[in-house]
Amino acid sequence: MRLLQTGRWITVIGLALLPAVYVRAISFTPVERMQGAAQKIFYLHVPAAIWTESAMVLVGVASIFFLFLKDPRLDRFAEASAEVGIVFGSIVLTTGPIWGKPIWGTWWTWDARLTLTLLLFLMYVGYLLLRGAVTDPGLRARYAAVLGICGMCLVPFVHLSVYMFRTLHPQPIVLKPSAPSLPGSMLATLAFSFVVFTVLFVGFVTQRYALSLLREQAAPHA
Amino acid sequence: MLLADGLRHAFGAVRALDDVSFTLHPGQTLAVFGPNGAGKTTLLKVLAGLIQPRGGRARIEGGRSAVGWIGHQPQLYGQLTVWENLQFWAGLYDVPEPAFVRRERDLVARLGLQAYEHQRVRELSRGLVQRVAIARALIHDPRVLLLDEPFTGLDRTAAEEFRAVLAAQAAAGRVTVLVTHNVEEGTELATDIAFMRSGRFVDMAPRHGRGAAEIADAYRRAVSGG
Amino acid sequence: MLRHAWRLARKDLLVEFRSRTAILSAVVFTVLVLMVFNFGRDPTAVAAVDLAPSIVWVTFTFAAMLALNRAFQLELENQALDGLLLAPVSRSSIYLGKLIANLVFVATVEGIGLPLFALFFNVRVVPVLGPLVGIIALATLGFVAVGTLFSAMTARTRFAELLLPVLLLPFMIPPLIWAVLATATLLAGRPLSEAGGWLRLLAAFDIVFVALAFVLFPATVNE
Repeated sequence: MRLLQTGRWITVIGLALLPAVYVRAISFTPVERMQGAAQKIFYLHVPAAIWTESAMVLVGVASIFFLFLKDPRLDRFAEASAEVGIVFGSIVLTTGPIWGKPIWGTWWTWDARLTLTLLLFLMYVGYLLLRGAVTDPGLRARYAAVLGICGMCLVPFVHLSVYMFRTLHPQPIVLKPSAPSLPGSMLATLAFSFVVFTVLFVGFVTQRYALSLLREQAAPHA
Repeated sequence: MLLADGLRHAFGAVRALDDVSFTLHPGQTLAVFGPNGAGKTTLLKVLAGLIQPRGGRARIEGGRSAVGWIGHQPQLYGQLTVWENLQFWAGLYDVPEPAFVRRERDLVARLGLQAYEHQRVRELSRGLVQRVAIARALIHDPRVLLLDEPFTGLDRTAAEEFRAVLAAQAAAGRVTVLVTHNVEEGTELATDIAFMRSGRFVDMAPRHGRGAAEIADAYRRAVSGG
Repeated sequence: MLRHAWRLARKDLLVEFRSRTAILSAVVFTVLVLMVFNFGRDPTAVAAVDLAPSIVWVTFTFAAMLALNRAFQLELENQALDGLLLAPVSRSSIYLGKLIANLVFVATVEGIGLPLFALFFNVRVVPVLGPLVGIIALATLGFVAVGTLFSAMTARTRFAELLLPVLLLPFMIPPLIWAVLATATLLAGRPLSEAGGWLRLLAAFDIVFVALAFVLFPATVNE
C-alpha cells in the first residue's frame, strides 16, 4: 500500500510539472525557424521516445536477472515497465504524426525513429499478449522473460538500420557525438521535459508494480 | 538405486511435495496410493528430473537414460508406425541396433502387437496405443520404471499381460514406482506401499503379503483420518 | 548432440511428409500470391523487378509461419514433448532438431517458389542465383531461428496460431527489410557489394539470434 501511495505521489508531481513544460515550451522557448510552432511537440515527443526505448532495455535486463534469480519481483517490474512503455510508445506514435503533418505533409512516414518506436510498440503488444495468454504464473514469467530478452536484443539492430538509412526525420541534434546543436533555451526546455517524463515514468511504474503486488496478495495463485 | 531426500515443491502457494524421503533398491516396487491432487504425478516428475524441486534432491542411478516412464499420455507420434516410433525412441536412448531388434521383437510379442507393427499409431485403438506406450518405455531397458496411472485404458487381458511384464521387470532387478488411485490394480505388484496426501507420505511400509482389501482399508483410514 | 538433433529432425520431416497438409498449404499459397500479384499489377506502370523482392519475401514468410506453427504442436498431441524431455537428450538438441526440420520445410517451399516466381514474372534470376540464394538463406535462418524459439512458447497457449505471428512480427521486419533491399539491389543488376551493409546486418542478426535461441530455449521447456 505504501508503495502504491509513493507511486501516486510521484505521478502527481510529474503531472503537476507537465503543464509547466507546456508553458515553458510555448511561451518561453523561441519558435524554431524552419518548422514553426509545430516543432514544439518535439519537447514531448523526444523524451517519450527515449523512455519507450529505455523501458524495453529495462524489461530485457530485468528478464535476464529473473531467469537467473527466479525472483518474482523482477518479473513484476518487467511487466510494469512494459505496460508503461507501451503507453509512452503510444504518445510517441501520436505526437509524431501531429508534428509531422504540418512539416512533411503526411501523417505517417516510414522514417527511422517512428519505425523504431512502432516496432517497440509491437513488441510491447506481443509481450503483454503473451503474458495474457499464459495462465500458469511460473510459466508466464519465464516465457515473458525470454521474449523480453529477445526484444531488448533487437533494439540495437533497428538502430543500426536507422543509421544506414536516409531519413526524413531530423538528424539527431541532441544526442550527436559532438555538442548538441540546439540553442541553449531549447536545450533547457528539452532537458526539463525529459526530467518530468522521467518522473512520470518512475511514478507510473511504481504504481503499476504496487498494483501487481496487491493483486497477488489479494488472490494468491492456487 | 533410487533416492528421494527431503523433496519439497510448490506451485504458487499450494504445496505439492512436503518433505518426501525414501530409498529404493533393485527389485523393489513401490506403489503410491493417493487421491487426485495429492502430489503423486509431481513426485514422479521430480524423480524423473522433469521438475527441479524447490527443496531436497532426487537421485536415480544411471541418470535419465535409466528411466522409463508410462503415463496416461502415450508419448507417441500418430503419423509414424509402431515400429518407427520404437525405433525413434530407441535412437534417442542410443540403443545399439542388434539390441533394439531383439528387444523390439520380444516386446511386440509379449504385448500382442505383431499384427499392428507396421500400422500408424493414430489408427490404433486406445488400448493398443497404451500397449505401444509400454513398449516404448521399455525399449531402452530402463533400470527404473515410473508409472503414472498406467492401467488407464487397458482391458483385462492387456492389464494382465502388463502386470506380467512388470513382474518380470522386478524379478530382473528393476526398480518401479507406481502411482495410482486404484488400490486393487497396484497392490499385487508392490513390495512396498505408501499412502500420499497433500504432498506428504502419510504412511510407508513394506507390503508384508497383505492383500488388496486390507490395503484398501488401510488406505481409506490413512487418507480420511490421520 | 548433433546426432540426436538429426534424429529429431528426421522424425519431424517424416511426420510432416506423411501428413502433407502444411507443405501443400504453403505451396498453394505461394502459387496463389504469385498469380494474384501478377494479374493485379499494370505491367507498364510497375516493373516486375521493382515489385519482385517484396512478393518473394511475403510468400517465403508465410511458408515459414506454417512450418513454425506445426513445429511444436506435433509434440503436444500425445505429450511427446515430455518424452523428449525425459530422454537423455540435451535441450539444445531438441531445439536444433526443430530448427533443422523447420529450415528444410521452408527451404523446400522456397525452392519451389523461387523458380515459379522467376517464371511468372519473367525475372531473370539465373545470373544472380548464387548470391540470391545466399540472401534467402541468411534471412530465412534468422526468422526461423527466432520463430522456432517462440513456437515452443506459443504452442501451449490458447490462440497459438494467432499469437505466434504477432510475437514474431517485430523480429521479422528488420531481416525482411534488409533482405528485400539486398534482393532489390541484386535484381536491379547492381553489384553485390552495394548491398554489403544489409548483408552484414543479416549475418549479425543470424549469429546473435541463433545463439540467443539456443541459450533461451531450455527456459521455455524446463520447469
